[in-house]
Amino acid sequence: MPGIDYFYPEFEVVRRDERCIRCRVCERQCANEVHRYDAERDMLISDEAKCVNCQRCVSLCPTRALKIVRSDCRLRENANWDGDTIREVYKQAASGGVLLSSMGNPKPLPVYWDKLLINASQVTNPSIDPLREPMETKVFLGKKPDRMTRDAEGRLKTDLTPQLELSMPVMFSAMSYGSISYNAHASLARAATEMGVCYNTGEGGLHEDFYRYGPHTIVQVASGRFGVHEDYLEAGAAIEIKMGQGAKPGIGGHLPGAKVGPDVSRTRMIPEGSDAISPAPHHDIYSIEDLRQLVWSLKEATGHRKPVIVKVAAVHNIAAIASGIARSGADIIAIDGFRGGTGAAPTRIRDHVGIPIELALSSVDQRLRDEGIRNNVSLVVGGSIRSSADVVKAVALGADACYIATAAVLALGCHLCRTCQSGKCNWGIATQRPDLTKRLNPEIGSQRLVNLLTAWKREIMELMGGMGINSIEALRGNRLMLRGVGLNETELRILGISHAGE
Amino acid sequence: MKTIDAAGMDFTALNELLRATEGDAEIIGCLGQRFIGAGMGKRKLAIHGIPGNALGAYLNGAEIKVFGNAQDAVGDTMNAGTILVHGSIGDTAGYAMRGGKIYVRGSAGYRAGIHMKEYKEHIPVIIIGGRAGSFLGEYQAGGVIIVLGMHTDGKPIVSNFPCTGMHGGKLFLRSRCETVAFPRQVTARPAAAEDLGEIEGYLAEYCAAFDLDKSAILDSPFTVVTPDSANPYRQMYVAN
Repeated sequence: MPGIDYFYPEFEVVRRDERCIRCRVCERQCANEVHRYDAERDMLISDEAKCVNCQRCVSLCPTRALKIVRSDCRLRENANWDGDTIREVYKQAASGGVLLSSMGNPKPLPVYWDKLLINASQVTNPSIDPLREPMETKVFLGKKPDRMTRDAEGRLKTDLTPQLELSMPVMFSAMSYGSISYNAHASLARAATEMGVCYNTGEGGLHEDFYRYGPHTIVQVASGRFGVHEDYLEAGAAIEIKMGQGAKPGIGGHLPGAKVGPDVSRTRMIPEGSDAISPAPHHDIYSIEDLRQLVWSLKEATGHRKPVIVKVAAVHNIAAIASGIARSGADIIAIDGFRGGTGAAPTRIRDHVGIPIELALSSVDQRLRDEGIRNNVSLVVGGSIRSSADVVKAVALGADACYIATAAVLALGCHLCRTCQSGKCNWGIATQRPDLTKRLNPEIGSQRLVNLLTAWKREIMELMGGMGINSIEALRGNRLMLRGVGLNETELRILGISHAGE
Repeated sequence: MKTIDAAGMDFTALNELLRATEGDAEIIGCLGQRFIGAGMGKRKLAIHGIPGNALGAYLNGAEIKVFGNAQDAVGDTMNAGTILVHGSIGDTAGYAMRGGKIYVRGSAGYRAGIHMKEYKEHIPVIIIGGRAGSFLGEYQAGGVIIVLGMHTDGKPIVSNFPCTGMHGGKLFLRSRCETVAFPRQVTARPAAAEDLGEIEGYLAEYCAAFDLDKSAILDSPFTVVTPDSANPYRQMYVAN
């Protein structure tokens, strides 16, 4: 039945011909093949249907002749059946397939960070000028002792369980080699090392070239156990067990065989062209006791020298789940909120499963305090942390540190077109195509990440100074520093904060 | 060779002692201590008694012999080496192993060889002398799993749902498998001489280890199971 599946393209390419110099940069830069030079007419023409609005052509057009706009040719307005929803029905009616999307949940669901406001000192308890006074942003992640103990001579016993030392409470969260490019990993590894923080391998193994960044690397162990072996475990500063991911709680991962080229194959240690399937659960983990077994097996395999992180998605009973994890022997719990990004996830899961990280964090921190086990573990939160203000708010709600990934790939040039699953990332990040990956220069990429974290660190110090706090440790769980705006009583109760004006 | 009496010893103490010991070692009086040999490189280890869960997890070249049964998660994510068990083993043996061998004289529990994979010269092998529980070779992505069904206590050679999600490797069952229900995405057929030729070397090793007669084992029909595709989920998605 012709025409049913036809949609007027979502975006229009507006080309001002009087500015176009026929340099054909747009044509060469677009992996989606939107632009084409017509020699007969000596002009560039566009196939808008292929455009994903990644802005690559717009950014590189030397004469600013191009812009991409959202098409105004739409279906009749309908607040219930919006255009995307109808389009999704057509796609599924045509294909019978599960809808697959990328990056974080784009739906207009509440962003609680934007409804939290930070305190500042006035008159009493004066604020501190971070340009003059020392400010401590360093954090140590891991189990903290309940009390100080001394030996027979009265000397303090300092044999702590392993800790992850970070110069500031921000790390780059897990993105596997395979989902992102070699140069993206190189940028993250170098920046983490320069900034004294950590990046995370994701579940795709650790490329042989990056073992030298091991002291600033978190190596991940997921249900597929790709690339996991003794040297890999020993290489990292910490080991993360991935139980879940905020963008796709309750389901596994699936790197299509098409993306498993020679290098990805070598790093994941699977044959080229074979699908890399991470089953939804770890099939040996059905209880906290089973999780404990995996945590301890990793500790035994690495001589108890590495902290073990257990990463879970923020879901309804997260406080009880975290309580279990805190008793499993894990040193750090990482919680990933429902706005977290992904290289590919079923649309329905990404947009409808999980809960906001702000509520998950505050309920977990409170639960662990109530049970007297908060010091058993450190808490790391992500999904999504967008700015230094989000970091400060997260720390005040009880986080020891934050994970960032979307912000990091934005720093590397991502324009959030949300089509990572296509493997045709024009910015060279979410792709394995050599002609595209070379567009991301790891020298520049790592410098941009360093810039981002440096700026955030300064802002964190400014915000802390304003509150009269000179150590990030003194901000952690300090909810008196937060007030809510436009939140109902239940939301305020879960967040453990007062309303602004109270 | 150093002998360690593990009687009454906590697993952390035992494993610490083992890590501190150089060269080959023997454990006597083993009773449920977990994680023995985790990540162990090229060494020989003999265990008398019953090691606990996750024996030889992330094993990296060691040769472990168990004179008794072993429990769950034997050879979890094993990379290289050999684990010989003279008794039976529990669930999830060889989870995601990518190299090395697990040879079991007796039977295996649920999910043996789950998500086993292979990579170039690393081809992991599991041989089970008796029978296997449900979900044998689930998500198998590579390697070779062989179940011999020599002592099955009258039960089928494998319980329910073998090979679910299989997308690589080969699985051999020493049976005609007339009553075994395989999923749609795999092909199960009688093993031909060349199929058996592929595993003859492994069987020779196995028989030598447990003092068995290889020709008697081979003188019986085998079924071989292979996946139809290395990309079983390719058709399921539509870009949104």
